[in-house]
Amino acid sequence: MMARRAAVLLPPWLWLLFLVAAPVAVLLAIALAAPGDGVPPVSPPFRWEGGRPVWQGGEALEVLREEGWHLAAFLRSFRTAILTALACLLLAYPMALGIARARPERRTLLLALVLLPFWTGFLPRVGAWIGLLRDGGWVNGVLMGLGLVESPVPLLYTDGALLLGMVHAYLPFAVLPLVAALTRLDPSLEEAAADLGASPAAAFRTVVLPLTLPGAAAGFLLVFIPAMGEVVIPELLGPPEARLVGRVLWEEFFRNRDWPLAAAVAVLLLLVLIPPIRLFQRLEAR
Amino acid sequence: MKAGRRFSSGRWGLALGLGFLWAPILLLAVYAFSADRIPFQWGGFSLRWFRSLAANERMLEAAWLSVRVAAGAATLAVLLGGMAGWALARFGRFRGRALFGALAGAPLVLPEVVTGLSLLLLFVSAQAALEAFFGWQADRGAFTVLLAHATLGLAYAAVLVQARLATLDRSLEEAAADLGAGPFTVFRTVTLPLIAPALAAAWLLAFTLSLDDVVLASFVSGPAGTTLPMLVFSALRVGVTPEVNAIGVLFLLLAGLAAAGWWALLGRHAGRAPGA
Repeated sequence: MMARRAAVLLPPWLWLLFLVAAPVAVLLAIALAAPGDGVPPVSPPFRWEGGRPVWQGGEALEVLREEGWHLAAFLRSFRTAILTALACLLLAYPMALGIARARPERRTLLLALVLLPFWTGFLPRVGAWIGLLRDGGWVNGVLMGLGLVESPVPLLYTDGALLLGMVHAYLPFAVLPLVAALTRLDPSLEEAAADLGASPAAAFRTVVLPLTLPGAAAGFLLVFIPAMGEVVIPELLGPPEARLVGRVLWEEFFRNRDWPLAAAVAVLLLLVLIPPIRLFQRLEAR
Repeated sequence: MKAGRRFSSGRWGLALGLGFLWAPILLLAVYAFSADRIPFQWGGFSLRWFRSLAANERMLEAAWLSVRVAAGAATLAVLLGGMAGWALARFGRFRGRALFGALAGAPLVLPEVVTGLSLLLLFVSAQAALEAFFGWQADRGAFTVLLAHATLGLAYAAVLVQARLATLDRSLEEAAADLGAGPFTVFRTVTLPLIAPALAAAWLLAFTLSLDDVVLASFVSGPAGTTLPMLVFSALRVGVTPEVNAIGVLFLLLAGLAAAGWWALLGRHAGRAPGA
């Protein structure tokens, strides 16, 4: 019995220690290390001088504190992620309501329609927005055809395009927990409110909305957490000067080859995300 | 009527949301068959972008690499994630359970850039160690991408298997044991068929996650490990090419086939009436 247990536990334990725990430990170590000229371009945080270790690391943390634009990137990411998550909730709520109130045999099909876009390739979907939004693109063509604008308006590489792409990519994440919350809801509660004279809107506001709030919070966090670190959509749809955390990390690493700084940005992102992650796990455990 | 007294903005909202989700995908699917060089411009029906895709050696090579990496990563993910999910569902409070669960769930909640960077830093350190101690110059490439994708897939597989085991009726396994089946026979003939849908779902999910990933791959890959999404990403950076639309159509086709197959599989499973 014990031997069988160990045989089941050992492979995943080893895998998780080597490929989840160890990488995070290395990340922390390199965030404290000093930049160097070698391959890899880091030097240990201690230097030996006259037989005594001398601290030389921690430079990346100093840079983060002194150069405001890294922190500005965090603020900008935070704003973008909040806006994305709110927009997703706003769109997802009526969608989830529609699915939860469909006949049960149609629910699976409707849910599949929400989820299937996930399986159609993330990059081709973002690519479609590039083609649709560009100056001579499809959307501008329609706008001009309708006589709404006279010359093409710049749509691509704007904050609007960034938000549109983010909401499009993350919307299904917000729908799922809301559908789960709404289908769990006892319909007789709403009927009771109606019997007591509440209008449908009032019953929704006072009964359905408060009871599905945890589901809404889970949906919000499920969008917010990955949106904070998103790197591909801002790169392809957003304005070139918009520096978001993911992009800053990417550029410090690949372009400037400043590994300690990139690692420090990653560690800071991790710290910022721990409270929402804990909150999400608590909501899930309910 | 009861239904009439319920707040019902749902139907319109659902139509609007699904329209928003599907509009760019449907437009992409239509314009992939346009002859025009400019994407999303209709120039008559043509298969030229599919033909140019089929003639693009680099694309084909990258696609074949991606498929092999995805299949390997999904298989590893199901095996290891299945064990992890089994342990979490069946072993009670074993020593280190909290850490084990946290590590298994971490790839689900960590941003891709953090996972990607930390894995790359580990791989670089491991390479340095291998060279220092064994004089072996290991290269990053398809293998490191496979390790990264298997780790991500493992997390999803563990959740799916654990959830499936939690809803399983234990009395079925007990009945088999009472009838004299050994533990391995019980597992093979009772438990495994019951969790097979979860295992299949986990494999499919890990496969598509791997096939779709550009961030992890960009971090951990090496010069000889360019996957299809990495190639598509660099094409999109300089502006969309109609070939990307053709790739989108192929993905759509595969997704549709997988969904149909899944439907058939689940339907057959439901037809067998669980517990009968």
